[in-house]
Amino acid sequence: MSPLAAAGPVIPNYRSASSSCVVHNHLFCTEWIAHNWSPILWPALRQHILLTAVAVALGFLIAAALALLAHRHGWVERPTIVLTTILYTIPSLALFELLVAPVGANVIAAEIALVSYTLLILFRNIVTGLREVPADVREAAEGMGMSRRQVLLRVELPLALPAIVAGLRIATVTIIALATIVYVVCNQGLGVPIHTALGEGPFKTELIAAGGLAILLALVADALLVGAQWLLTPWLRARSA
Amino acid sequence: MNTADTAHNEGLSAFSRAAELQLRDVSKRYDRQRDPAIRDLSLTVPAGEVCVLVGPSGSGKTTAMRLINRMIEPSGGDILLDGHSVLERDPGELRRQIGYVIQQIGLFPHQTVAENIATVPRLLGWEGERIAVRVQELLELVDLDPEQMRGRYPAQLSGGQRQRVGVARALAADPPLMLMDEPFGAIDPINRARLQDEFLRLQAQVRKTIVFVTHDIDEAIKMGDRIAILREGGVLAQYDTPAEILAHPADDFVARFVGADRALKRLGLSTLADVELVAPNGVRPDGERVPLGMSVRDALSLLIAGGGRPLTVLDGRDGDGDGDGGGGDHGDDGEGSERVVGLFTLDALGGLLEHDAAGAPRTGQS
Repeated sequence: MSPLAAAGPVIPNYRSASSSCVVHNHLFCTEWIAHNWSPILWPALRQHILLTAVAVALGFLIAAALALLAHRHGWVERPTIVLTTILYTIPSLALFELLVAPVGANVIAAEIALVSYTLLILFRNIVTGLREVPADVREAAEGMGMSRRQVLLRVELPLALPAIVAGLRIATVTIIALATIVYVVCNQGLGVPIHTALGEGPFKTELIAAGGLAILLALVADALLVGAQWLLTPWLRARSA
Repeated sequence: MNTADTAHNEGLSAFSRAAELQLRDVSKRYDRQRDPAIRDLSLTVPAGEVCVLVGPSGSGKTTAMRLINRMIEPSGGDILLDGHSVLERDPGELRRQIGYVIQQIGLFPHQTVAENIATVPRLLGWEGERIAVRVQELLELVDLDPEQMRGRYPAQLSGGQRQRVGVARALAADPPLMLMDEPFGAIDPINRARLQDEFLRLQAQVRKTIVFVTHDIDEAIKMGDRIAILREGGVLAQYDTPAEILAHPADDFVARFVGADRALKRLGLSTLADVELVAPNGVRPDGERVPLGMSVRDALSLLIAGGGRPLTVLDGRDGDGDGDGGGGDHGDDGEGSERVVGLFTLDALGGLLEHDAAGAPRTGQS
């Protein structure tokens, strides 16, 4: 179609109707984005969101269960911190590869690795949030006849909310970044186009687009969590009235 | 108390319950400690009276209070509320029937004033409408404007307002017994005196059985119908009315604890109406004019300050008349309803002083 494309064989096609932008290898080609949004970028973004959501949700459930256990039985806290710290320090590429042998190179391996990176952050924050409920508030709650469960649900968890959300924010942003290397065990997420782009030499649009989407996703997720906390903690807003 | 006045009548019926509290040989011994924290504590608080537990630190006064609602389990003895042992009841159910106020108050920071007050009614499963009515009534009772206060969070309240919300919350389900652990301890002296007065007025309306813990003997004398003085190791040193304790301290410990000025403190319990005033007998009353309701202690202070010149005591409307010290203008001349009842001189103390000398501790070295 384009005479230029026909003339110059140096620049490869890069999965696009070769616009002049691609052919001249400009830094960022919007035509390329428009052309590849639905076949490449959107599916990768959707997978990335799902990978992150599942990892953070599962991680939160596990961490919350452990934190509640540690809240009631203090001795649980130390071994849990040690274990989750060890998980947190394993180099991510190594962990993905280690998981291939037992579970295979698939999305399950990916999720196990991602979940294990959320645990330390979430566990620490939930435990800290529960512990920092003022002693007088807890004593008043017990003294008025609340059961342990009622104290937990009506007093301790609401007051721990800011710390819990802070943990969720760090965990979510971390997992969005980490999920870009999930491509080593399964063909999913924004890591796939980033990896492809790295192999394609001088053409940078795909790398910038996929990387940019990962950053944007992290910012949006963080903003959503901040907004959720704002809605859920009206008492923190009421101070200056 | 302008807003509360209308609420009194309907309010009184809603604060109807008070129970007798009995401690029988109650003791508390912690596993790793040789000496018990509470030793064979026995005392009875009649329904509707304020019993103040007072003592130095280490005397176990807070422990004794927390045994009553089973925040701490006693090691021995029994505690009876209206004749029934609290040890046989479910702790949660028991606590919902006992108002609880602690020094830091412990309001829930994430709940509004109305939600805080509604805590126990909600635990008891009251309906929304009944709770709303109750919250309104309680806010009026503690002299807070319901419209303004209901939706506020604790962080938006002053210390005194928080304290009142704490009391309202404790009263919410009309508990027959209230436990108060240094409820005014974190409040500055001026506001503390005001809250104490307010609390006494409130208690005159609700007439709850109250166990009140403090380390401050003056607060104990002011607030208590009876005072239980505890010494180190949780031993009851004396349990009696403030006047009796000041007049007849059981031993040296009590005498030292109430202080060398106990005679003066005792004068603080009487008003000028209780002493024999000197008839004016034609003497032109030119001394400072004071109301009949002033405490003898404050009158004595004014007498000394005035170089011994007799005070002119007036009957009639004297404002609150609770003798809260000597502001400058005791005798506004020209108040038609006022009448000179007599003169206050040192001689007027004669009766009280003789009584006191007889009551000095036998070892007498205070």
